[in-house]
Amino acid sequence: MSAPSLDPEAQANSLRRAQVRRSLTRRNRAEARFRALGMVSALAALGFVAILFGNILSRGIPAFWQYSAVLNVTFDPAVVRVPERPVQGADQSDADYQTALLGWQRRFSMVNWNTLISRAVLDAAPAGVTADQRAVLSVIDSGARFVLRDLVLQDPSLIGQTVPVRLLASADADNWAKGKLDRSLPDERQQLSRPARDLIDAMTTQGSLQRSFAWHLFTNVDSRASPASAGLAGAFVGSLYMMLVVILASVPIGVSSAIYLEEFAPRNRFTDVIEVNINNLAAVPSIVFGLLGAAVFINLFRLPLSAPLVGGLVLTLMTLPTIIIATRSALRAVPPSLRQAALGIGASRTQMVFHHVLPVTYPGILTASILGVAQALGETAPLLLIGMNAFVANIPATPLEQSAALPVQIYLWQGNENRNFFEARTFAAIIVLLALMISLNALAIWLRGRLERKA
Amino acid sequence: MTANPILNLSVLVAGALAAGALIVGPVAAQERSTIQIAGSSTVLPFASIAAEEFGQFFPEFDTPVVGSGGSGGGMRQFCQGIGANTIDIANSSRPIKTSEIEACRANGVSDIREIRIGYDGIVLASRLDGPAFALEPRDIYTAIAANLPEGMAPPMLWSDVNPSLPAQRINMAIPGANHGTREVFEERVLEAGCEAVMGGALENGGCLQLRQDNVIEITGDYTETLARLNADPDTVGVFGLSFYDQNRDTLRVATINGVTPSLDTVASGEYLVSRPLFFYVKGAHLGVVPGLAEYTEFFLSDMMVGAGGRLEMAGLIPAPAAETAQVLENFLNGVSVAQ
Repeated sequence: MSAPSLDPEAQANSLRRAQVRRSLTRRNRAEARFRALGMVSALAALGFVAILFGNILSRGIPAFWQYSAVLNVTFDPAVVRVPERPVQGADQSDADYQTALLGWQRRFSMVNWNTLISRAVLDAAPAGVTADQRAVLSVIDSGARFVLRDLVLQDPSLIGQTVPVRLLASADADNWAKGKLDRSLPDERQQLSRPARDLIDAMTTQGSLQRSFAWHLFTNVDSRASPASAGLAGAFVGSLYMMLVVILASVPIGVSSAIYLEEFAPRNRFTDVIEVNINNLAAVPSIVFGLLGAAVFINLFRLPLSAPLVGGLVLTLMTLPTIIIATRSALRAVPPSLRQAALGIGASRTQMVFHHVLPVTYPGILTASILGVAQALGETAPLLLIGMNAFVANIPATPLEQSAALPVQIYLWQGNENRNFFEARTFAAIIVLLALMISLNALAIWLRGRLERKA
Repeated sequence: MTANPILNLSVLVAGALAAGALIVGPVAAQERSTIQIAGSSTVLPFASIAAEEFGQFFPEFDTPVVGSGGSGGGMRQFCQGIGANTIDIANSSRPIKTSEIEACRANGVSDIREIRIGYDGIVLASRLDGPAFALEPRDIYTAIAANLPEGMAPPMLWSDVNPSLPAQRINMAIPGANHGTREVFEERVLEAGCEAVMGGALENGGCLQLRQDNVIEITGDYTETLARLNADPDTVGVFGLSFYDQNRDTLRVATINGVTPSLDTVASGEYLVSRPLFFYVKGAHLGVVPGLAEYTEFFLSDMMVGAGGRLEMAGLIPAPAAETAQVLENFLNGVSVAQ
């Protein structure tokens, strides 16, 4: 063996070995390259997500805390001058009484609450700080008037008393206190007058203006008259109604048509056409569904504008193909042996499908439905075309009432002219929407895991 | 596997849905109880504030719903006809056009009550960190118009237009054709500039033809214009005075004919580029949609549009009290623009 490598066979062997070794290094290098590339792209994707989330969180989270002041408001009887609550007379009809009652309430709205607010603010401010009423009022959110009114309407015995009330700082004051406005800008470039700015600084140092968690972001509806109190409740409920409509309409229709197409329909030209159409529908841009919705649901069926019902129906059209396609592929993944076994022991086709095939596909159908609904939740474009981009200051009581939706609320706040305040609010709304989406996706994963374990 | 809960549920749901569809039909055909408003994005902030306060003062009525879509878009919806699925009020930052009155009438909307709510200025503004601009209509026309006097080369820099202006690339963001602001900009700035530069109006709207290379039309709202300014610092954008007021810390406003736009200079008429703001009420819906007349009267009250009122604080320039009183009287007397 130690003979010189003159043996032709040994020579050929060593040549082959060298060749194999060369190709092996080449293949190893190719693999290393591919791995590195894959790693880089995964890291890049992760980096983008991190940048996105970092950006959204850093900009949005400050909006969850807002400045407010607990003020001792004196309900001075000289200012709050309202008659006694009307009592229904014996000869007074219900309608007349209602009118009288509403008139009485309107008297409360007319009270000059601003006087009480500016007095209370000056009381709370450190001694020696003075400002005219306009400057003082610009510190407190303009919705404070109605907070005081509602307090007295609920309990008229408050008149004459002094009670602590938490009132929100105005949007401009909040910006100033949070340091979002450039302090070096001259007076004519500032939103707030100099006395107002000094008052805010004095009150924050003294501690009477404090930052607290903005629960009203979740409990209030959108507001333009008092921007500091604008919240997401209306949009949230609107989105909720739309989701309900989408679930109630698209899941039964989508799943049953998928079952029919996959298990019962004969294979012919007609079902082929349907199949191609469904696949095409899945690729139609969502704005087209919005146009269709406006033409069909609003102009033809005369359903109301800006209603979550219409929004839900439009989003249903969009979600249907997703659910049908996913359900069909789930059905197709069921081994034929299961079907044959069921048929073999005498089950009818319907029994075979509903008792044996369908239960196996629940995890798939469920995941597809939840993902479809989550996608619909974030959809904005079609909603703009059915009038859901309107400013609505109500929480809708039924899906037929006008309402906003979460993604549209983001769009609206993004367009608000008070940029300094609403930019953060916009990102806060995005955080809420993302949180909702992530929980829906988590629910999908959890349900799939649970059902898969059962099956 | 016996009875299948999810199957039963889906059957139930399908049934409920069918039943729901039967109920929804007649309900939707019934009259609406909420006032529906759409139109100009300039009027939108004012209308929204008025709507909200209206809801506070009149708890017996629903808070009106205010949509946008530009003056033209709002008017198109307004003229679609009469009935619960058409809007009651169109906000507009320009007077209604004859063509729109015709379109309205063709669809049965013949009682259109015009409500003039006050004034707004149109300002040109650039980024705060850029140079200041002192413009005249003729400068703006020369900078962006397609038709210039023979022999004049299209300017690239503002200093080419007028040596006193900064040597900055010309780039303007102006409102798209769906905005009422565009028309005021054309009428007050471009036509005036055309008159000065070309010595008179040109045929076939030649004064209004703009260059493609340095003018961007913004179809969205002023936030989009602001975003343009941030993307390209050389841009000069067209804004409403009320928008500028809220963003004074980022925008530098240009003077026009030496006048700085402000509440005072617009109200006094010194600042030329201003326009009245309107909304139009569908007469046929009065008494049908609850609160429509009350909303209009409330909007015109001193507390809202008057001097020192709620809307002045939001940037609306109040009209003289006598003018507002006349508008209210016309409304109550049922004066329609389509007569």
